Amino acid sequence: MSAKTQISLATDKLAVGYSRHPVVEDVNLRLNAGELLVLIGANGSGKSTILKTMAGLIQPISGDIEMLGASVGSMPKRVAYLPQHPISTHTLPLRVRDVVAMGRFAHLGLFKNPSTIDKKIVETSMRSTGIDAQADNPIRDLSGGQQQRTHLAQALARQAEVLLLDEPTAGLDINGRKLVADLIAEERSRGVTVVLATHELKDADTADTVMLLAQRVVSIGPPEVALRDEYLRECFGFTQPH
Amino acid sequence: MFIEPFVANEFMRLALFAGVLVAVTCAIAGTFVVLRGLAFIGDALAHGVLPGIAAAILFGFSGMIGAAIGSLVMMGGVSVVSRRLRLSGDTAIGLLFVGMLALGVMITSRSRTFVGDLSRILFGEILGVSIGDIALQLGALAIVTVIAFLARRPFLLLCVDEGLTNTSGFSSRLFHNLLLMIVAITVIASFQTVGTLLVLGMLVAPAATGALFARRISTMILIASVVGAISTYIGLLISYHFDLAAGASIVLSAVLVFAICASFSEMRKAVRENDANEHEHQHSHPGSHFR
Repeated sequence: MSAKTQISLATDKLAVGYSRHPVVEDVNLRLNAGELLVLIGANGSGKSTILKTMAGLIQPISGDIEMLGASVGSMPKRVAYLPQHPISTHTLPLRVRDVVAMGRFAHLGLFKNPSTIDKKIVETSMRSTGIDAQADNPIRDLSGGQQQRTHLAQALARQAEVLLLDEPTAGLDINGRKLVADLIAEERSRGVTVVLATHELKDADTADTVMLLAQRVVSIGPPEVALRDEYLRECFGFTQPH
Repeated sequence: MFIEPFVANEFMRLALFAGVLVAVTCAIAGTFVVLRGLAFIGDALAHGVLPGIAAAILFGFSGMIGAAIGSLVMMGGVSVVSRRLRLSGDTAIGLLFVGMLALGVMITSRSRTFVGDLSRILFGEILGVSIGDIALQLGALAIVTVIAFLARRPFLLLCVDEGLTNTSGFSSRLFHNLLLMIVAITVIASFQTVGTLLVLGMLVAPAATGALFARRISTMILIASVVGAISTYIGLLISYHFDLAAGASIVLSAVLVFAICASFSEMRKAVRENDANEHEHQHSHPGSHFR
């Protein structure tokens, strides 16, 4: 069986939310290795709630969810999650290198010392996001965009099989956005499954599956189906220029 | 003047030794208190031990045991109130904080030596520490150091983000409670020296000074330890020469060291920004300095 046919993520009648109050219901998905799922919706549409459920940070209200053939949250080494607006760590006396190295903690646990390979992965991740020149600078001295690149490098350093990215381009300039798009393409070529939450319709261009959300699943499918005008109008109140 | 009090008096030597042990213990626990923003719960824990110690004095059992029971009740209470009643952590801590403080004062008021006992609990009695107290503090330092070293990764993750802690394979709830436990151990071990009211100063001020300059957590702990130790030495000297309360002198020294370092840090930042602006100005107007 090739990597492409391995199921990375499957949900069945999944309802997600907080304190038994569903935010989005009836989420049915099936994602193979190396595929990109883009969750699109306005603020409060349920994108982050779905991602947090996939990361195992909140319990599903009902339905089933399985990641890499196991329950969510049970494989920290194989799944990386980049939260929306990660804490700016503005008071933390940490260098960029130390923050990125935290991405290896899932592999190191409490007792293992970082190996040469771990250190190399950290260096490569910093280079990939273009933050290597700032490696020894305190993260609190960096701009918002540079901090976002640092957190992205941390997620990459996990070397996970599934990447859950909540608005990874927030605070990034045009170059930064292109860099994120290139990184996602590169990760997918290595067989990494990516779930991306975003406001940007453009981010859906290369997606295998797009889910349009408005506190419910408005549409789901390949971009040309899920982003039809009637769905976009329903979701945002406007359509994209043709 | 600077050495003589410690050479001539055994109680000063013991006080200095005990104070330095407290400073190092507080530096380790305080670093995570400052970085995780736990100053309020640290304060609450420090006051939460009051009824336990007061009960110990009244009924004649070990103050350490009383303090340990008090801190357990405090931590358990905060957890129950915030999780079960869906109130914010601050509200839960505030409720328990005043409740335990009031209970402590009520219990102490049953004692014939009410004012003396209360003052000893709140402000410590560093000049009266015994070898036994120092042994207990050494034990507390060892426990805090071992826990902080073993749990350094989840503690660091907790300082950044609880979600990141969980998705990295560590239980944020477990390690948060472990962190509170080392704060509680520090408070229990320090109340004899600086008192429950002032221990927060030793938890926060040296660690905050470390945060001004450090680029790594280990450096922050080291700076906090040195600042705490120096503050203990300065505070004891002030107390000896001017006949002032020792615990309060130590804590005030730590706060003043922070104020001086913070001013220095701000001045250094201003000079750097000024230099950067001048450099930018020279590049945008080449040759302008010749005019």
